[in-house]
Amino acid sequence: MSNSKSKRVIIEPVTRVEGHGKVSILLDENNKVTQARFHIVEFRGFERFVQGRPYWEMPVLVQRLCGICPVSHHLAAAKAMDKIVGVDKLTPTAEKMRRLMHYGQMFQSHALHFFHLCSPDLLFGFDADPKIRNVIGVAIKYPELAVQGVMMRKYGQEIIKATAGKKIHGTGAIPGGINKNLSIAERDVFLKDLKQMLEWSKGALKIAKDYTVANLDTLKPFGSFDSNHLSLIRKDGAMDLYHGNLRAITADGKKIFDQVDYSNYLDYIAEEVKSWSYMKFPFIKSLGPKKGWYRVGPLARVNTCDFIDTPLAEAARKEFMAVTGGRPNNITMAYHWARMIELLHSIEKIDELLHDKDLQGTNLVVKGQRRNEGVGLIEAPRGTLFHHYKVNDDDQVVMANLIVSTTHNNEPMNLAVQKVAADFIDGVPNITEGLLNRIEVAIRAYDPCLSCATHAMGKMPLKVTLFDYQGNEIASKTKE
Amino acid sequence: MSKPKIATASLAGCFGCHMSILDIDERILKLIELVDFDKSPIDDIKEFTGRCAVGLIEGGCANEENVRVLQDFRKHCDILISVGDCAIMGGIPAMRNNIPLKECLDEAYLNGPTVHNPENITPNDKEIPLCLDRVYPCHEVVKIDYHLPGCPPSADTIWQALVALLTNKPLELPYELIKYD
Repeated sequence: MSNSKSKRVIIEPVTRVEGHGKVSILLDENNKVTQARFHIVEFRGFERFVQGRPYWEMPVLVQRLCGICPVSHHLAAAKAMDKIVGVDKLTPTAEKMRRLMHYGQMFQSHALHFFHLCSPDLLFGFDADPKIRNVIGVAIKYPELAVQGVMMRKYGQEIIKATAGKKIHGTGAIPGGINKNLSIAERDVFLKDLKQMLEWSKGALKIAKDYTVANLDTLKPFGSFDSNHLSLIRKDGAMDLYHGNLRAITADGKKIFDQVDYSNYLDYIAEEVKSWSYMKFPFIKSLGPKKGWYRVGPLARVNTCDFIDTPLAEAARKEFMAVTGGRPNNITMAYHWARMIELLHSIEKIDELLHDKDLQGTNLVVKGQRRNEGVGLIEAPRGTLFHHYKVNDDDQVVMANLIVSTTHNNEPMNLAVQKVAADFIDGVPNITEGLLNRIEVAIRAYDPCLSCATHAMGKMPLKVTLFDYQGNEIASKTKE
Repeated sequence: MSKPKIATASLAGCFGCHMSILDIDERILKLIELVDFDKSPIDDIKEFTGRCAVGLIEGGCANEENVRVLQDFRKHCDILISVGDCAIMGGIPAMRNNIPLKECLDEAYLNGPTVHNPENITPNDKEIPLCLDRVYPCHEVVKIDYHLPGCPPSADTIWQALVALLTNKPLELPYELIKYD
């Protein structure tokens, strides 16, 4: 509870309406921010209610965690189930089909975030009229760009449909493999539009890069702070969004741990529970909850990897790293640029895979010696996604532990909110439109998937209520 | 004549139904010509600006806020549609209905293998809404006019239903579009 001299500011994103997340800020008598919190207000209880279900349901069941990147949950669960059925290596066709599905997912999700969600901020500015600063505004003012966004998302969704059977909540991956290959006819449809997608991806990357470079002085301190970074990494240090080992680095790029087999993640990661959020706060055990928090997602992945194994994205990564002189980039708003590097990387990977004959192979599933425990990790669009299951001899799940991508960014999103609140609200007794916008922009950089409503469409209608120290409402402002 | 308005909401669901709306792809531009969007996550409108012809509800009711939002939609929409499994039946989130809520909370915040919780707390701050005892489908809370089944319903299902309702045509969906997955 607040002390008698403090004011309480509540910023509710879509949540009062959609019930997902909100911000509260406490001010002291001089209107200085003493506390700012980003509350996650939804709880569903997957870890408990999947218990008792047969393990082979998991890849289909748990992807209902999220309709925005269902493929990530589908594949993380499938990777865990591979372990349960005793399979450590898939057939080339199965692994490449899953990879294609995943890069299709990455492509559609990043395109959705950039064009539908963040481009209005970039194109119109943080202080633009909120009436036009949305995807419909983009469609009216920049129809060509809006169409590009729609068509890129569609391309990714069609790849998912061809590999998973359905655009949302497909069934392609099964324990030990995949249930279909890619026909020549299906492949040729994607090859036809590939060049266009590559061009548009380069264009999107250019927009993000030019914007960041041109506004670097403003963006550098905006909701920014030094942090650790975590991601999966390939054995040779390359970025790998489908599979790899865990690497964590400090803000300066020093390795905290490297090439850790993710089956041993319990030795490295824990999650703190706090009373004011349904989302837990992960941290690296050796550093403890105070210092061990880290960021995941595009920014972390570009920072942790030694290189990207596709030429255009690698050239883009070098440009990106040059801005910070090779040191990891800790600028929160640089997430957007990193995300577009990955968009380009994903389409380059799709290009590679479509030209791989293994996709037409017919050897789809492997069988092995049954086990009772499996861990599956993947780099989802928003960051490293952990699925861990234990299964009894009757094939029922008896334990499930899920650390979803956005959860890793819980502390960083809170810090971004605190930073923006402190920078823009300190000493200001009123809640300004600019503050509302900026808090929204800082959270959005992480592309959080907790409040899908907020995150998916890009607009967080905010309501802020200001209370005096006796708890009386003294002002209220809604951003239309 | 001004265009009819539609509103959308996501309650306890995964947002997949809203994604399926987006999967109408290029037809989004046609949809913008056909309707004005009122309260919806796809725009900035937080409070209803007037009466809406159609309200689309994704997700069931799992906490007190979900109920309040749903009731508000019923009040403002002529036609209210449950879109997808969660809105119609509670869906996957309703799998917790056979389990005491406390067990679900304990698993997530006390028992999980990565949990670090020296004080043994379960989230309970007044800033976060209370969970309901179970997950309720929308028609158990308010009157629902139509149900579009699927997890999620396909983009074509949503498109054809919307266009029919908005142009006063009979709503005739072939079996392929309304079968459950």
